[in-house]
Amino acid sequence: MEKLVSKVPDGPLAQKWTKYKTAVKLVNPANKKKLEIIVVGTGLSGAGAASALGELGYSVKNFCYQDSPRRAHSVAAQGGINAAKNYQNDGDSVYRLFYDMIKGGDYRSREANVYRAAEVSNNVIDHFTALGVPFARDYGGTLDTRSFGGVQVSRTFYAKGQTGQQCLLGCYSSLNRQIKKGNVKMFPRREMLDLVVIDGKARGIITRNLITGAIERHGAHIVVLATGGYGTIYYLSTLAVNSNASAAWKAHKKGAFFANPSFVQIHPTCVPQLNEFQSKLTLMSESLRNDGRVWVPKIKDDTRQPNDIPEEDRDYFLERRYPAFGNLVPRDVASRAAKERCDAGYGVGKTKLAVNLDFRDAINAQGKNSIENKYGNLFEMYKTITGSDPYEEPMRIYPAGHYTMGGLWVDYELMTTIPGLYAIGEANFSDHGANRLGASSLMQAAGDGYFVLPNTISNYLADDIRTPKISTDRPEFAEAENAAKERLGKLMSIKGKQTASSFHKRLGKIMWDYVGMTRNEAGLNKALEMIRDLKEEFWKDLIIPGTADELNMELEKAGRVADYFELAQLLIADALNRKESCGAHFREEYQTPDGEALRNDKEFAYVAAWEYAGEGKPHILHREELKFEEVELKVRSYK
Amino acid sequence: MKLTLKIWRQKNAGAKGNFIKYRSDDVSPEMSFLEMLDALNKKLVEEDKDPVAFDHDCREGICGSCGMYINGHPHGPVPAITTCHLSMRYFKDGDTIWIEPWRAKPFPVIKDLIVDRSAFDKIQIAGGFISINAGAAPEANSILSPRKKSDKAFDSSICIGCGACVAACKNASAMLFVSAKISQFALLPHGRIEAKERVRAMVEKMDELGFGNCSNTGACEAECPKQIKLANIARLNREFYKAY
Repeated sequence: MEKLVSKVPDGPLAQKWTKYKTAVKLVNPANKKKLEIIVVGTGLSGAGAASALGELGYSVKNFCYQDSPRRAHSVAAQGGINAAKNYQNDGDSVYRLFYDMIKGGDYRSREANVYRAAEVSNNVIDHFTALGVPFARDYGGTLDTRSFGGVQVSRTFYAKGQTGQQCLLGCYSSLNRQIKKGNVKMFPRREMLDLVVIDGKARGIITRNLITGAIERHGAHIVVLATGGYGTIYYLSTLAVNSNASAAWKAHKKGAFFANPSFVQIHPTCVPQLNEFQSKLTLMSESLRNDGRVWVPKIKDDTRQPNDIPEEDRDYFLERRYPAFGNLVPRDVASRAAKERCDAGYGVGKTKLAVNLDFRDAINAQGKNSIENKYGNLFEMYKTITGSDPYEEPMRIYPAGHYTMGGLWVDYELMTTIPGLYAIGEANFSDHGANRLGASSLMQAAGDGYFVLPNTISNYLADDIRTPKISTDRPEFAEAENAAKERLGKLMSIKGKQTASSFHKRLGKIMWDYVGMTRNEAGLNKALEMIRDLKEEFWKDLIIPGTADELNMELEKAGRVADYFELAQLLIADALNRKESCGAHFREEYQTPDGEALRNDKEFAYVAAWEYAGEGKPHILHREELKFEEVELKVRSYK
Repeated sequence: MKLTLKIWRQKNAGAKGNFIKYRSDDVSPEMSFLEMLDALNKKLVEEDKDPVAFDHDCREGICGSCGMYINGHPHGPVPAITTCHLSMRYFKDGDTIWIEPWRAKPFPVIKDLIVDRSAFDKIQIAGGFISINAGAAPEANSILSPRKKSDKAFDSSICIGCGACVAACKNASAMLFVSAKISQFALLPHGRIEAKERVRAMVEKMDELGFGNCSNTGACEAECPKQIKLANIARLNREFYKAY
């Protein structure tokens, strides 16, 4: 029996969304106020959804773990946001943006969802501009764009290297307007501990107040998860250190299928690790690859300063291997190429786990001013962290865990396999396939929140208008609350010797070494075994001082790490199952003679959606076959 | 290197706080300030002691979560950076470092170095937005904005809401914070439409929440990790006069 129904509308690809919107059931404005919606997360998708739903007149409750919704990690996106405006007259179109995403995702995403994301991208830019997001402009006052990794048109709108911050503050402002109007109630410093399911439908959440430790019940007609990705499973990543997968994982254990967990993007341009206490790896926007050239010395262990190494002794390995795209190849390709050079012994710096990103030629050609205008704040940030000046000598960069294409399985309406539970933004799986193209994350998150979800939820809520306010006195709430409390108690009572972070660090190392940029069967099996042991050690030797009834950051961390052990096991099971290389998932057993990914469309052109089967039992695999009606499956070549 | 840390410890909002002395014996110059505190906390937790509570998240200087007084300066002695970007290479072996929370009446201490900055959100809720619903926006290039002005709007809009300006100000004034948002919108053509209502609402809320007035000392600008300029406050004043 197949439980996955994608609900993709019939008809030609370009008309599906329009057709869907004309046929979708609507909710009478008078009824909207009576319908309650919980949105967890306040990034571009969460704050976008909460504001748009508030504008429509629904009663929205919005949650975040930070002290303010303005701090969600969308804030850290740097390079830009894509839209198919074709302002540059360079042949761009909705179709071309769609095609680039399908190809960039290595043909592992759902055509109809991707096309819709490309379609609403233009609405997103219009909306952000109207909200006062100060995108870069040309002298005539129109919006400027730049080109970004993996594509040949210039469609990326940007606000210096702080596009994510500016877009997020735009969302935050629209959210604030709805808070003022009373349509949205904000609950900051709350962590979702469980999803409440009543008669098979999502009807609320259990949260912990991170200041008082109080466990709270919140009911609603539907629940929207906008809780981001699980990149911190590697411990060191470009994510905020408190980013976590716990909300999505709890929903998964309550019945929401988890799709393609092994599709994790490793970003090629990050500041390398400098010390053993390092808590995160800072991203340097890949827009830098527009002007920076990536190279390593041709001679192993070359001890000369980078500026003293002459042209003939430099290996510009991306330009050499991929002459058509050069330094602008997609992230997965660039990351693996850097790893290949470092593994072969050509890396630079103290650890030899870094490559050069050099702006010398760009500064000579365009002048320092021009480079400063484009990347000033990134150069400053690099100098602040490392003490080295990129105007004077090349940056050193190395890949780091960044974005998770996998996530909760959703249908065309962005609903998970639990009726009434939706997942938007990075928390879902649907638009980026096996690899995400640069500047498409902000685009998809804002599109989901502002323009897709508000149109699709009415189809569900129209049948729910007779359901009264969900009472939190229902036994299902008590049950979920007790289970959450019991688990907190269990974590508190271990009273061992090791901190949650030290376990997280060890888990991250295993994941990076065996389940990172490249994977193989033996390594994956070894990682499974190591994680099983580590998880056992965790539940025996964790220490958390204090109590659960107060502000307790160690308890917060411990809960997240405990969930990561379980997600890591599923991630590895998925990587083992997918016996092919596609996008960011590179299985060493499946590669071409010159080291490129070898896809297997015959056997693996499907979404792997995993069902939780209970504690200690293996997950059940469900396949959503991917049908490509519009594009022809091709080998993804950037040569 | 070996350091002596004097850290403000306060159990909760109601409790009386005081400085507690800690030794950190294996600090590497490559650590960030927060990683140095992580190392201290690891030791404390392993001894089943309460770790030092502080807000932090992105650790790349953009979310605005972190912030503490370090040796008498918000975000420490190095200008134009947040605490998470402060490298330990700026300190030397044998140093004593004083670490305190933001001190301002509108930012009450929650625990140790964590303060309640929800007053900032309240000011933004009062008027820090352009009123437009999703779906109502005109085509983006139909709103033309001169590049120079738009770049200036950007320079004001990069405030991260950390609160260093309030903490640095002897009057606990939030004028730099408020003026940054007022300026961003005042400099954009479509932001002018609600300019009067916005500045009245935000200033009124700022006063109501107990933030002080600006007396042109300039400590806020000097300590702002994003180098938001004092000129924004002048613009706020002009906008405020125009609104009545």
